[in-house]
Amino acid sequence: MTSDNDRRRGLLARLRERPAVRSRGRRRLGAAVRLIAALMLAGGAYTVFAPGAQAQDNPQLTGAAAEGKALFDVSCVTCHGRNAQGVEGRGPSLIGVGAASVEFQVSSGRMPLARQEAQAHRKPPLFTDEQTRQLAQYIQELGGGPVVPEGDDLREDGNIAAGGELFRINCSQCHAFGGGGGALSSGKFAPSLHPATDRQIYAAMLSGPQNMPVFGDNQLRPEQKADIIAYIQETLKHDQDPGGFNLGRYGPSTEGLAIFLVGIVALVFASLWIAGKS
Amino acid sequence: MKRRKFDLAATPGKAAVGVDDRFAVATPLRKLLNKVFPDHWSFLLGEIALFSFIVLLLTGVFLTFFFEPAMTEVVYDGSYAPLQGTPMSAAYASSLDISFDVRGGLVMRQMHHWAALLFMAAIVVHMLRVFFTGAFRKPRETNWIIGSLLFWVGFLAGFTGYSLPDDGLSGTGLRIASAIMLSIPVIGSWVTSSVFGGEFPGTIIISRFFIAHVLLIPGLLVALISVHLGLVFKQKHTQWPGPGRTNNNVVGERMFPRYALKQGGFFMVVFGVIALMGGLFQINPIWLFGPYEAWVVSAASQPDWYVMFLDGSTRLMPAWEIPIPIGDGYVIPPLFWPTVVLPGILVGLSTMYPFLEARHLKDRKSHNLLERPRDAPARTALGAMAVSFYIVLTLSGANDVIADKFQISLNAMTWAGRIGLLVVPPLAYYVTYRLCLGLQQHDREVLAHGVETGIIRRLPDGRFVEVHQPLSASNGHADGHGQLDYVGWVVPKKMNRLGALGPAIRGFFYPIEKPVEAPVSPGHPPVEARPEREEIGSGESRR
Repeated sequence: MTSDNDRRRGLLARLRERPAVRSRGRRRLGAAVRLIAALMLAGGAYTVFAPGAQAQDNPQLTGAAAEGKALFDVSCVTCHGRNAQGVEGRGPSLIGVGAASVEFQVSSGRMPLARQEAQAHRKPPLFTDEQTRQLAQYIQELGGGPVVPEGDDLREDGNIAAGGELFRINCSQCHAFGGGGGALSSGKFAPSLHPATDRQIYAAMLSGPQNMPVFGDNQLRPEQKADIIAYIQETLKHDQDPGGFNLGRYGPSTEGLAIFLVGIVALVFASLWIAGKS
Repeated sequence: MKRRKFDLAATPGKAAVGVDDRFAVATPLRKLLNKVFPDHWSFLLGEIALFSFIVLLLTGVFLTFFFEPAMTEVVYDGSYAPLQGTPMSAAYASSLDISFDVRGGLVMRQMHHWAALLFMAAIVVHMLRVFFTGAFRKPRETNWIIGSLLFWVGFLAGFTGYSLPDDGLSGTGLRIASAIMLSIPVIGSWVTSSVFGGEFPGTIIISRFFIAHVLLIPGLLVALISVHLGLVFKQKHTQWPGPGRTNNNVVGERMFPRYALKQGGFFMVVFGVIALMGGLFQINPIWLFGPYEAWVVSAASQPDWYVMFLDGSTRLMPAWEIPIPIGDGYVIPPLFWPTVVLPGILVGLSTMYPFLEARHLKDRKSHNLLERPRDAPARTALGAMAVSFYIVLTLSGANDVIADKFQISLNAMTWAGRIGLLVVPPLAYYVTYRLCLGLQQHDREVLAHGVETGIIRRLPDGRFVEVHQPLSASNGHADGHGQLDYVGWVVPKKMNRLGALGPAIRGFFYPIEKPVEAPVSPGHPPVEARPEREEIGSGESRR
């Protein structure tokens, strides 16, 4: 059937057809060669140009960070998303927040959050110190960020007087003169500083959790941070309150309450007693 | 030589005769010592203010020995370590010295501050007593005005004293005061710069406030208090209506010795309570606030309680600025309304109230007998309205502390205050009015039917009735009820209150249940015989 068609067509048609018939084998061979060459080129270019780590699916985590990731994938992933990228409307991305932030939030029990509300509350921590370190290491290795210096005592050589001045300028607006905390707008608040450890205060200054501004090392030098921590830990917490019961250090509002509840009540009873005596 | 015998017992009498021979004071003194004061516990509330004022003078004099009212900058080197090496004003440094280095200085400072809070609190409580019992009515309107002025002068005394230590809190208060002065249209900037000697804070304000606080304002207070007490002497004290008490007499105890002794004892009690509070409760820890710097403002910076209502009104005021396009443009800031206009209205209304009420009721009579609050429901309800207004403002002044400690949104607190300020006072008026009417109703019920005895009797037809003890003998009415009119006296509501009318005769801790013979102090002969009295009764008719 083919030969019949060939005969009926002209020379040109036959000329055009002949190489196609002839090249079937050769074409396959050429395609294979071209494919191999392209693959080799692409592979070579990839090996030359591709940056190593970023393109990998599983970053090389250190042992502690891998443990941290395991914890993260159980307890944090719901709100902060896979690879701590954040979930819209639930939790922010943790890329770049640093180990300081993790340490503050987790060691003070604020994270994991009990519920979505204006601000996280301090709770008994859910993770041990070891686990907190692992989580912090994981977040640190994911995106870097500020880190709290080593050691539990971060107020060595802190100058209490200088710290007091810095505290009054930088901290007392929200945390109040006695460190007892104060209200912010819409249900947010500055928490009491009394349960905070040295590391937590340092981490809070570095990372600026929730509504707190960040006090980076260019705003408050590490020595100044040590001064502030020394003032909080050694004066505000250990002040013996020379004047007696401090009424919660809430300022004049509780003093006003006391004069009515104690002073006026006592004296009204005294006047009832005196007027009743004859 | 015969030795003259020295008679010790005759000495006071001889000395008195000697004094009288020279100064002729026996007659006026007798009148004074025999002056009669009615006895009721609520009449002692003003004394709390008077006595705490005396404590204020005593402790204040002590503090002036050590306080240095100057704003010159010094470097602290006292014994409070966390402030050593800090530059501060001499006023603040000397306040710290009083607190830490002067023996007994801290307890004196704290007693002074507690006494100041108590002074203002007692003034307010005393004013409420005078208001709710109608003691301000003619002829005592002047004394009511003086009393209201005493509150506002005490307010100034408190504010100047609050400013003197020059710590962070007092400086914040001064800053707000300067802003309030600045908000007054036209004269604001002149007032501020004359008070502060230029721009805030200047270098003179502490010295000026010091002289105002230790000389001018106390002088004014002493003068006003003297006139206040003098008028009480001259116009005589009001008394509760009761047996033998009329609009034209005063039933009570002589000034000497009983009343004077009681007052002396009460002074000791007030002094003791202030000393206890000064020793037990820490007030205004100035060392925590640090020296005042214009850039230091602590959270929970509140004024003392009697100024807090102004702080509250400022917090509740919406940010309504009124621009006036005159010249380069002029603005009345929103701060002007809650801090200048509102207290102005309050001063005017409170001082003028006696005249407003008399005019409204067309009442030109003199009243020496008090009215029970339930008998003047409109006044009582108005008072409750004013009190609730003040309380909403005061609570709003501390709304950040309340919001923080009770975990409420601060915005919610502000709106609750705004709505509460408009809704709560009318509600308080209505509720109080109904309560007064209800109490009146019950008084008349008891007068008509007698006291509930708690004894239930079953009638032959099976019904149960409660037995009432009638307050008077039956006088021919078909139902066996006597005819008793309500005359403003306390109506006994329980069986063991029958006959226990006079406040002087019942004990406080151990009520005396047996009816007494005369409803006045046992130290006196009965003012009026009551021969017609046969059965226990009290709602005696005066007709």
